[in-house]
Amino acid sequence: MARYLLRCTALVYLLLLLVLPVGLIGWRTFEHGLRPFVDSLTTPEALHAFRVTIVVALWAVAANTVFGVGAAILLVRHRFPGKRLLGALIDLPLAVSPVVVGLALILLYGRFAPLGGFLERLGVQVIFATPGMVLATVFVSLPLVVRAVAPVLEEMGDEQEQAARTLGASSWQTFRRITIPGIRAALGYGVVLCLARALGEYGAVAVVSGRLVGQTQTLTLFVEERFQNFSEGDAFAAATALALVAVVTLLLTKLLSPKGGT
Amino acid sequence: MAVTETPTRERAPEPQAPPAGRPARARHRAGTGLGLGTAMVYLSLVVLIPLALVVWRSMERGPAAFWQAVRTPDAWAALQLTVLASLAVAVINLVMGTVIAWVLVRDRFPGKRLVDALIDLPFALPTIVAGLVLLALYGPSSPLGVDLAYSRAGVVVALLFVTLPFVVRTVQPVLLELDRDMEQAAWSLGAGPWYTFRRIILPNLLPAMVSGTALAFTRSIAEFGSTVLISGNLPFKTQVAAVHIFGQIESDHQLGAAAVSTVLLVVALLVLVTLDLVQRWGARRG
Repeated sequence: MARYLLRCTALVYLLLLLVLPVGLIGWRTFEHGLRPFVDSLTTPEALHAFRVTIVVALWAVAANTVFGVGAAILLVRHRFPGKRLLGALIDLPLAVSPVVVGLALILLYGRFAPLGGFLERLGVQVIFATPGMVLATVFVSLPLVVRAVAPVLEEMGDEQEQAARTLGASSWQTFRRITIPGIRAALGYGVVLCLARALGEYGAVAVVSGRLVGQTQTLTLFVEERFQNFSEGDAFAAATALALVAVVTLLLTKLLSPKGGT
Repeated sequence: MAVTETPTRERAPEPQAPPAGRPARARHRAGTGLGLGTAMVYLSLVVLIPLALVVWRSMERGPAAFWQAVRTPDAWAALQLTVLASLAVAVINLVMGTVIAWVLVRDRFPGKRLVDALIDLPFALPTIVAGLVLLALYGPSSPLGVDLAYSRAGVVVALLFVTLPFVVRTVQPVLLELDRDMEQAAWSLGAGPWYTFRRIILPNLLPAMVSGTALAFTRSIAEFGSTVLISGNLPFKTQVAAVHIFGQIESDHQLGAAAVSTVLLVVALLVLVTLDLVQRWGARRG
């Protein structure tokens, strides 16, 4: 009896909070067939938003992958004072509100900030342009690759790497032939998580992009702008597209999960 | 904030010196220095200096100006709402997250794997989509006839949505690992189900429940995207701190924005540091 009560409580809660809302938006998007969905997403503004989103996400994922692998190796394979502190600093972005991320970047890279002003004189505009959006995205997804790779690197041990080095392999050869194959699945997992976060980031990008329609508008910003301008159809279509990306991400992470899909 | 500790393996003597060049230890150390330097420069440029500037900007005109900016009626109302709503969300998550984790581990019903996979959806879904989705069901055109738009209840629902996985995903693995012999021993000694839960299961789950709840709380006070649409951004009523900061940035009140941001940062860090201390204390106690 108590068992059914608990089961019903859990399932009703999930139904009302998660399943019905997400299901409803899918239904609202496709209730008149596929045509309006396609039409909404092939307007020039929507296509531009897609392009901006992908460019920003790819740069951010590339940066975080390189940093993530490097930092994971540093944290697991090297000894130095302050290692706990470095670990905590890498996790810091998870505790920061996206809006605060945006404000923080404006204070360093804005036109009237020291570094931003310097870069502006060199002809590089950061805030209200792609570099700022990439920075914001990198900030919010910074720990994801490190935290996916580090435990696997730890578990793998370094016997094989040492063996390779004893046999005369260079550091680069060891890294490419031993380390990378060993962490491949975890790296894939981290990259997928990072990509999903990058495609879906809203708050930080909303602040640093200036939300210029047709220039710095990403897909998430497009959803908000369309909704506020009473084009619900467009907003629902773009939201459904993003939700589909999220579902694909979820399936991929289940496949790549280090715990083996439990 | 989980921090990886390296095993003592590095201390082991190097198997053999490489044939030529500097000794391996020295080269290793040079590599550490270079790597650490690069990582710190990168972290500083992306994360640390910008965040430090937020704190500095909020204190630039002294602590009095900082406090005045925080105590501006609308900023203060936004902070109060954020903390209270996040506390409510944390408590609901504590209970519902544990119930869901329990059902997913101990119960058996068709479609359980699908339900289990769904739990992570709020993490994968962009926050603005989460907000839109909730507004579709609980907004003015709600098919259920429940209109929570522009109300505090709507804010709480949005926060519950985005924080759903935290407690479930921290409690679930602990519950899976839990030794059922102890429960059976308690049962056989005549303990009832509630007594067994309270004296045997709950003490084992508590650390995971607390850490999941703390993470849900820190996420709640920082949340922006999902609350933007459903809250309608009404100052003194539904405006949460992140939305307030956004408004201040848009109207170029950097001091006000920085002051509220600093408060949010401090609260989040306090919670996380406390959590870390409690966990280490718990680990030492065994």
